[in-house]
Amino acid sequence: MHRVLGDRRAVAVLLGPALLVYSLIMLVPMLWSLGYAFTKGNTIDGFTGNGVANFSRLLTDPAVHQALWFTLKYAVVVTVGQVAAGYLLALLYVFFLKKASALVRTLVFFPVVLPTVAVGLLFQKFFQVAPQTGPVNSLLNAVGIESVDWFGSAGHAFWVLIIMDIWRSMGFYAVLLFAGLVDIPDEVLESARLDGASGLRLIRHIVLPLSLPVLMSSVIFSVNGTLKVFDSLVALTGGGPGNSTTPLTLYMFQTSFTYSDYGYGSTIALLLTVVCLMVTLVVFRVSRRDLTKG
Amino acid sequence: MAGLTASAAAMVVLVSACGGTGGGAASAPKNFSYLSVTENTTVRTALTTLSKGACTSANEALPLKVETVPQASLDQKLQLLAGQNALPVQFAAGNAPALTSKLYKAGQVADLEKQLKSLGVYDQLEPGAVSTIKALYGGKLAVLPYEYNIEGIFYNKKIFAANGLSEPQTWDELVAAAAKLQAKGVQAFSASGQQGWPITRLVSGYLYRSLGPDALKDVADGKAKLTDPQYVQAAQAVADLGKKGYFGKGVGSIDYDTAMNQFLSGKAAMFYMGSWALANIADAKQDKVGADNVGFMPFPAVTGGKGSIGQYPSNVGLGITLGAKTFDSKTGAWVSCIAKNYGSTALKDQGAISGFKVNSSVTDANAVTSQVRSTISDSKQNVLWFEALFSTKATTVSQTNAASLVNGTMSAQQFMQTVQDALNAQ
Repeated sequence: MHRVLGDRRAVAVLLGPALLVYSLIMLVPMLWSLGYAFTKGNTIDGFTGNGVANFSRLLTDPAVHQALWFTLKYAVVVTVGQVAAGYLLALLYVFFLKKASALVRTLVFFPVVLPTVAVGLLFQKFFQVAPQTGPVNSLLNAVGIESVDWFGSAGHAFWVLIIMDIWRSMGFYAVLLFAGLVDIPDEVLESARLDGASGLRLIRHIVLPLSLPVLMSSVIFSVNGTLKVFDSLVALTGGGPGNSTTPLTLYMFQTSFTYSDYGYGSTIALLLTVVCLMVTLVVFRVSRRDLTKG
Repeated sequence: MAGLTASAAAMVVLVSACGGTGGGAASAPKNFSYLSVTENTTVRTALTTLSKGACTSANEALPLKVETVPQASLDQKLQLLAGQNALPVQFAAGNAPALTSKLYKAGQVADLEKQLKSLGVYDQLEPGAVSTIKALYGGKLAVLPYEYNIEGIFYNKKIFAANGLSEPQTWDELVAAAAKLQAKGVQAFSASGQQGWPITRLVSGYLYRSLGPDALKDVADGKAKLTDPQYVQAAQAVADLGKKGYFGKGVGSIDYDTAMNQFLSGKAAMFYMGSWALANIADAKQDKVGADNVGFMPFPAVTGGKGSIGQYPSNVGLGITLGAKTFDSKTGAWVSCIAKNYGSTALKDQGAISGFKVNSSVTDANAVTSQVRSTISDSKQNVLWFEALFSTKATTVSQTNAASLVNGTMSAQQFMQTVQDALNAQ
């Protein structure tokens, strides 16, 4: 094996195809998009150089500030929500349901396989106020509270979105974290129990540290997934009311393809890339430090 | 690293070279391909009828092939197709006239005036429709008048009679009528806040009546701003209707079909809409109120305003045009057949009014259709709608924030400021 990997030609043959495909479909468009950030125009008019005007516009554009703030807020809330819900479910599977968890796991995982658009429409109907009163508002009416126009104000729409996305993805994180928890050796848990640790203390001092690597992976998955949120938002609120639930991804899409300003759209894409990169670096750094301690 | 950059650069050049020549679909078309918006069924139904009737020979030479795209995704699709030189033979030309003009300037849209004249069918277009198109598209005949609409308020005569109301002539009378209906538990207006434009149309209606027909042209020319007090007043007047609950619950979630349905099922008394709604009104399956019980009135006057009640907003619907690169003799045969036959087919089968001449006598489906047709032929001066002269961005911003204006999450001042900012950004 060592001899094969020591051979430069073998390495080239093994890595070459993957590297080529990666370059063609990832690096080239990225660099290309970077180039567009210095231009103005679109596929109909053609492109002209625009210097750093797009970047200075990025700094002063209130819509970008709004979108960036929304993206970060959404990412933090949904990441915390889906990883926490997933972890609690995983604990439930391993310590309470044990062998009988298969059915519950399947049921909770079910929303993950549903198409996002279908889930979006489902929640729209769930929370709708007109033309028919949806189940949620009916429930509110039943306990004497007036119907709420859930998609009429930014605050309400945000929380519906959060609930939907956590419901949709917690099954996935539950299964991911379940795999991590199952890996904890029974002997360790057994000896901790003999030493008198039980319930919350067992989880805090034994389970949590031992499942930290998979927990960190979940956080990285989740943060990067939520920073790039697009489909569920478009299906549920379309970025509205106004632009109050518009994240960077949607604003980038609108700028490029609806307002036909590819240059500025690429600049927004670059901002998103930098944000993703920074968050990933921070998470990696934190996880590395914790792992050496644990 | 330098090597990597160099090879990446080489790759970009290579791929962009492919992009320049690839996808060039400018050869002779195999179909009379037509990209329609999903929401519009009138044109594709009439074209399908023609393909089996009056235009059979054109259809045999170049078969009609309809493809649809949701209106919200139309602009994206057009830009991508135009970038690849792959626009269909005929297509819905974009949500804002700004995009159509851009395509026209880039040589993607056929010079229809020249083509129709050389086919000898230019005289098949109604002059009023031609002037509306030219006002919208910088003096060019950039689209065909598959629709020719005026806009106003449709109302339910039965509800009006039951509540002792007559056609409101002024804005104050309209508000008073709405208040009376509300007090009786009847929803005064149905409007789609999801689409947004049915609400911003009320703002522009108020502007045209209070400031005169040039109100929005002045904004486009930079002579006035939407944030000027007299402009904000118009938005305030519409916001007040929303504040009093005259649009019903959750206006932001009401889509186009639901708003139409609310009116046609008698759940709302008034419905601001274009005359294209006549097709729905004439359809007994949709119209539970009955076409005879539907009246049409112009947007009311604003007391002391400069505009007149006889100036109707007019448009040619979502413009439909033909590609420059695929316009050959077979396409010409289709276009000339459409010009001669579309007007009567659309009117006869669907009660839809177009800007093509009606060449065979057609009995109007109902009284309200006759009323609208005579209003169209009598109207002396037309006005455009709120977003007609806006950029694509300002159009989107205006329409997506309209619901917030009437549900109170945005003040009139904030709304006009937001739209003005979007206008300034272009």
